[in-house]
Amino acid sequence: MPPVDWFPLWLSLRVAALATAISLVIGLGLAWLLASRSFRGKEALDAAATLPLVLPPTVLGYYLLVVLGRESVPGRLYESLFGQPLVFTWQAAVVAALFHAIPLLVKSARAAFESVDKSYERAARNLGASEWRLFWRVILPLARRSIFAASVLAFARSLGDFGITIMIAGNIPGRTQTVAVAIYDAVEAGNGRLARILVLVISAVAILILYVANRVEQRHAAA
Amino acid sequence: MIEARIGKRFPAGEESAAFSLDIELEASAGVTVLFGPSGAGKTLTLDCIAGFVRPDSGRILLDDQILYDGATQVHLRPQLRRCGYVFQNYALFPHMSLRANLAFAAERLPRLERHRKVNEMLERFHLAGVAGRKPREVSGGEKQRCSIARALIAGPRLLLLDEPARGLDAPLRADLYAVLRQVRQEFHIPILLVTHDLEECFELGDQMLVIREGRAVQGGSPRAVIDHPASVEVARLLGIVNLFEAEILALDPGRNTSRLRMRDCELAGPYYSGRLKGDRVWVFARPEELRAVPNQGGRPAPNQVAARLARVSERPQGVRLEFAGDLFVDVPRTEFSARKDNKEWLVEFPPQAIRIV
Repeated sequence: MPPVDWFPLWLSLRVAALATAISLVIGLGLAWLLASRSFRGKEALDAAATLPLVLPPTVLGYYLLVVLGRESVPGRLYESLFGQPLVFTWQAAVVAALFHAIPLLVKSARAAFESVDKSYERAARNLGASEWRLFWRVILPLARRSIFAASVLAFARSLGDFGITIMIAGNIPGRTQTVAVAIYDAVEAGNGRLARILVLVISAVAILILYVANRVEQRHAAA
Repeated sequence: MIEARIGKRFPAGEESAAFSLDIELEASAGVTVLFGPSGAGKTLTLDCIAGFVRPDSGRILLDDQILYDGATQVHLRPQLRRCGYVFQNYALFPHMSLRANLAFAAERLPRLERHRKVNEMLERFHLAGVAGRKPREVSGGEKQRCSIARALIAGPRLLLLDEPARGLDAPLRADLYAVLRQVRQEFHIPILLVTHDLEECFELGDQMLVIREGRAVQGGSPRAVIDHPASVEVARLLGIVNLFEAEILALDPGRNTSRLRMRDCELAGPYYSGRLKGDRVWVFARPEELRAVPNQGGRPAPNQVAARLARVSERPQGVRLEFAGDLFVDVPRTEFSARKDNKEWLVEFPPQAIRIV
């Protein structure tokens, strides 16, 4: 039997981890903006952040290909900064995953921030805390459970993207082929054994993530 | 010293009627109680002073610093106001120990100074033994003391308390009063305390301000307010019973007497300065200052009114007799139990007990 190529699994894990980290920064920032400020176009911003959840992944992928392609301004900017194009690299797979992770985080973090009792916010401001300190020392710790749960979901979603990835990162074995793409590829090629192994492994990873997430959350609840 | 004139309007919402706050208050060091029913605008007043709610008009001055001025659109952020605020639910940060809660409030101080100050406050409010615990691991009284200590640690120029005794049982309430009396003695700042409990006004209040439907309707020492309520509405808010309409039939300043017609009886009362013969007024008499004797069928003596007993209720200090026509008399239990089957009574109004609203 030929040895199994584990590259797609490692790539997917790396992509998902990076996408989760980046989406935490962007998602929490956006969520805090939406939860604590009132400004014009606030609900439009919320809708824009949610749009990727309702658009078909291939449609999103097509947009991204147009916006980030080598002919576009953002695409050329990226190329001049990093010396290589963005599309059809593993970094593009991270961008693809971000479009699954950020909407999830914005939605749940906004709800989590808004569900923190307003009197804590008032108390912190009353005690002289800056908005920055209020966020880091009071709101974020109080919302941490929901945010942790949302990050785990975001990680799991990032692990499994197919549509956007295939459009902007492509299917280059050993370079941009993530697990989801590799499974599709294996089935197409009639390599049933590889497809079965990857499917089972990714299912096990997903179940493990959920189990760990639940364990951590229960320990939080008990403490 | 706090001086505030606050105007704030809320249009009618789907579930709420329109409300407008239009209040003026002034308080120097000591406890000023904002007394009124729920929904009168007491807490809203505190929130405007603390800067959580922006008024529509008016001016708020704290030690000559402008916190809010409607005319020049000045609205200081809550962070800059230095008003200690004790929230109704304490709002202690649940993820921090009591010590960390205090340290959070003292963050502006240099490290060593902060450490010293936190320890000092923990000692002063008897929290040193539980300083490392989270709010959910300490008793209600400790939470309450911690929230007061936290509000005071940064040296506020004003302390605001929003119904601090709400939902506390009697022993905790007594502890709270003791702590607040200590605070009043040790910190020479104005303390504004919101309550709808009259007893609290007397326990703590140097001054009180009666608030009704967004307006301050009467101010003064609690004793002065309850002895001379400014209107029937204030009297009702203060829980005063035995409120009756009366007409002044005669006034005699020389003998310090008057004659009143109350319902269909004529009663002798004290002289009321500033009133005229023929005035229609509201009078009240405290249930404990009236006397009730069984009606033996003879003619009522002067200032006695025949009344039929409707109900008897137990009170902590004795028995309250409730007569037909909203007349209440408190009598000692022993005095009543001997005659408890009696229905027809004579209620005597000592002249000095009849007060005009």
